[in-house]
Amino acid sequence: MSSLTVDEAPQAASHVHYLNVKFGVKSWLFTTDHKRIALLYLASITFFFFVGGAAAVLMRLHLLTPGGLLVEPATYNKLFTVHGILMVFFFLIPAIPAVLGNFLVPMMIGARDLAFPKLNLLSWYVYILGGLFTLYAVVAGGVDTGWTFYTPYSSTYSNSHVIAAALGIFITGFSSILTGLNFIVTIHKMRAPGLTWFRLPLFIWAIYATSIIFILGTPVLAITIVLVALERLFHIGVFDPALGGDPILFQHMFWFYSHPAVYIMILPGMGVESELITCFSRKKIFGYKFVAMSSLGIALLGFLVWGHHMFVSGQSMYAGMVFSILSYLVAVPSAVKVFNWTATLYKGSISYDAPMLYALGFIGLFTMGGVTGMFLASLGVNVHVHDTYFVIAHFHYIMVGGMVMAYLGGIHFWWPKISGRMYPQGWARFAALVIFVGFNLTFFPQYILGFLGMPRRYAVYPAEFQVLNVMSSAGASILGVGYLIPLIYFIWSMRYGPVASANPWNAKGLEWQTPSPPPTENFEEIPVVTEEAYDYPVREAQVA
Amino acid sequence: MQPGFSLSPEQASTIAPHVDHLFYFLTGVTGFFAILVFMLIFVFAIKYRRRSEDEIPVKVHEPMALETAWIGIPFGLMLIMFGWGAWIYYQDYNPPAGAFEVFVVGKQWMWKLQHPEGKREINELHVPIGVPIKLVMTSQDVIHDFFIPAFRVKQDVLPGRYTELWFKATKPGRYHLFCAQYCGTDHAHMGGWIVVMEPREYQRWLSGGEAGETMEQAGRRLFQQYACTSCHFEDNTGRCPSLRGLYHSQVKLVGGQTVTADENYIRESILDPNAKIVAGYSPVMPTFKGQISEEGILQIIAYIKSLKSPERMSAGK
Repeated sequence: MSSLTVDEAPQAASHVHYLNVKFGVKSWLFTTDHKRIALLYLASITFFFFVGGAAAVLMRLHLLTPGGLLVEPATYNKLFTVHGILMVFFFLIPAIPAVLGNFLVPMMIGARDLAFPKLNLLSWYVYILGGLFTLYAVVAGGVDTGWTFYTPYSSTYSNSHVIAAALGIFITGFSSILTGLNFIVTIHKMRAPGLTWFRLPLFIWAIYATSIIFILGTPVLAITIVLVALERLFHIGVFDPALGGDPILFQHMFWFYSHPAVYIMILPGMGVESELITCFSRKKIFGYKFVAMSSLGIALLGFLVWGHHMFVSGQSMYAGMVFSILSYLVAVPSAVKVFNWTATLYKGSISYDAPMLYALGFIGLFTMGGVTGMFLASLGVNVHVHDTYFVIAHFHYIMVGGMVMAYLGGIHFWWPKISGRMYPQGWARFAALVIFVGFNLTFFPQYILGFLGMPRRYAVYPAEFQVLNVMSSAGASILGVGYLIPLIYFIWSMRYGPVASANPWNAKGLEWQTPSPPPTENFEEIPVVTEEAYDYPVREAQVA
Repeated sequence: MQPGFSLSPEQASTIAPHVDHLFYFLTGVTGFFAILVFMLIFVFAIKYRRRSEDEIPVKVHEPMALETAWIGIPFGLMLIMFGWGAWIYYQDYNPPAGAFEVFVVGKQWMWKLQHPEGKREINELHVPIGVPIKLVMTSQDVIHDFFIPAFRVKQDVLPGRYTELWFKATKPGRYHLFCAQYCGTDHAHMGGWIVVMEPREYQRWLSGGEAGETMEQAGRRLFQQYACTSCHFEDNTGRCPSLRGLYHSQVKLVGGQTVTADENYIRESILDPNAKIVAGYSPVMPTFKGQISEEGILQIIAYIKSLKSPERMSAGK
């Protein structure tokens, strides 16, 4: 579907740019241009997003009736596993860093490419290789461990293609590490003259914080997965008590990566949010340093809260208490961001262009996800709602309501720069609305389901939960349609969309000071930066 | 649980109202802030909408006090949420002394339970109201989780060790029992019912059906069957320490450490005897790993717990 991107260069833009400088499949598969690699990622993550989404649609259809409508429990288990694995490892984690990050990091800091262009291309191939292993696992019969691979189920008891799927995730991890490394070096060494750290766009700060987590966290996941595979293949006792191992050890290692991974998924979204809010209210961000530092705060504190996934796992009561208070601590920087974004709107000049609708939707949904995190961090309540639909609703509000909204907002914002074309505003606003409504209808009822006690990962459920499940399934169908609309008009716009100017939103930021689409080397001349980020014109208040 | 539509789960244990009060407190506080943010966005988006393309916004000051306030106030409230939640968690972790024990073994995909009186149940647990019940739980295969929404309690059930969960039921009725930790194909079917009864009815239920051995009696039989008695003499003259008064005592180990003899310690000593050697003894005990079922180990533990010895108990303290 999105591979159309590859073949069709916009014709109307007359200058030579990265899309029309060369044609043919080879020019894409061997490109080292960060912008073309971003598009390779865009096509691949879009593919995985719709495969993972299809699994979700099947699950929601299945759950229309208490006894299950469509599939056997074994198949249902494989559906939620493939949904989780594809969405987490092949969509959410790479989405903003590898697509928007790749495209924008050099452009925003006034560089001609990333520090290591060939490494960047390698990241994509590694990602695709990992994806192929995972797809093989799905096609060969599926995996049924859940994306969390809890032992000893995954290492000993499951009769599904655990090794292939685990290998896929292991391999893809290297893609994250390479991308993170590339961004860190680029941001340190290749900023344009005058672009000091505190003049950087907040998107760069967010990507920088994310890259730190990529590099520090991903190796731990890789080790954990290798250990699961070794135990499964050679019965080396690490996690299975029957072999002398400790199943809780797996959870510690898994969440030591996978909790920070949650911030890998949301931090770049927060970065995009800061770009959108400022541009569409024509205001400097409120509290620049607080927003920038809160990204680093989240990245560092995020490594200290993994135990909040284990409040009922059998860890000690005191460990539970320490992880609870640390979890509240990590909530503070997120709250700071929400308040600063809201304050940025104050006395701004707010337009309702499509990217802004996604941005405003992001604040609302992310806030909902954030405050329900307060429930989960509270030990006494956690015990009740742990492993129920409350948790499902919470992280979908963050991951889908937050991250996917920000991602779509970002795509809508930078699409004119990426493709050189505009898309139909009316349709884009309509899609934002459909997604917002569909999302809330899908996931809000799940909070109540969780409070009522419906456990997650259930192929069948007691009859009293049906009304809420039907509401959720109805919402999912609306949400599914909502996601298809942008796919259609973006593809349409590549051929038929009006030609975009260099800076259609009158935005600040170096990426808007070069033609749309940009030339291969991004800038005719490396810009010199003399002002702070988001330095939109202001007037002095009249003295009353 | 009656069918129909409800927005809050039934409250049927002493801890349930505490959890719900905290839940509603959290809903109130976080709801206030969430609605505040939504209102501000809504008001700002309308009041400050772009009226002309060349509009220039007025300069806004960024008072430090505001940043401090929205860091400090939420964090202060979060400390309350933490403390309140931790207080409930503390109670979850500490069953009252003298709680009535029931033993639980989870396996793919069923729950096996045994009362101390010997009565066995599958996927169902009968308990009286007003009596604290402590479940001592383990799994035969993968990780499961014992979850009773109406009681607001939940605890993972692990292979290779014991975890505990306790509750005091307050309202007669039938309540859902769910497995909350994903455990494979029929995870969603690994549930059952908790039947809460008036004490008199419970006694009637307990005495009905086949009597069988109590857990303690079964444990004593196994203790003899596996020839434990040939080394563990009651008067401490054997090659191995006497087990009288062992439960909950402080045991001195070779190397000077001290451990509390709880269920996990006894279990480990049966399955991996050399892991912790009692001071003054040699590692002569063979492992019984793979020879005794999980239920059998629980019965032996019940028997060892029954071996009371006043003098050693006081010496241990």
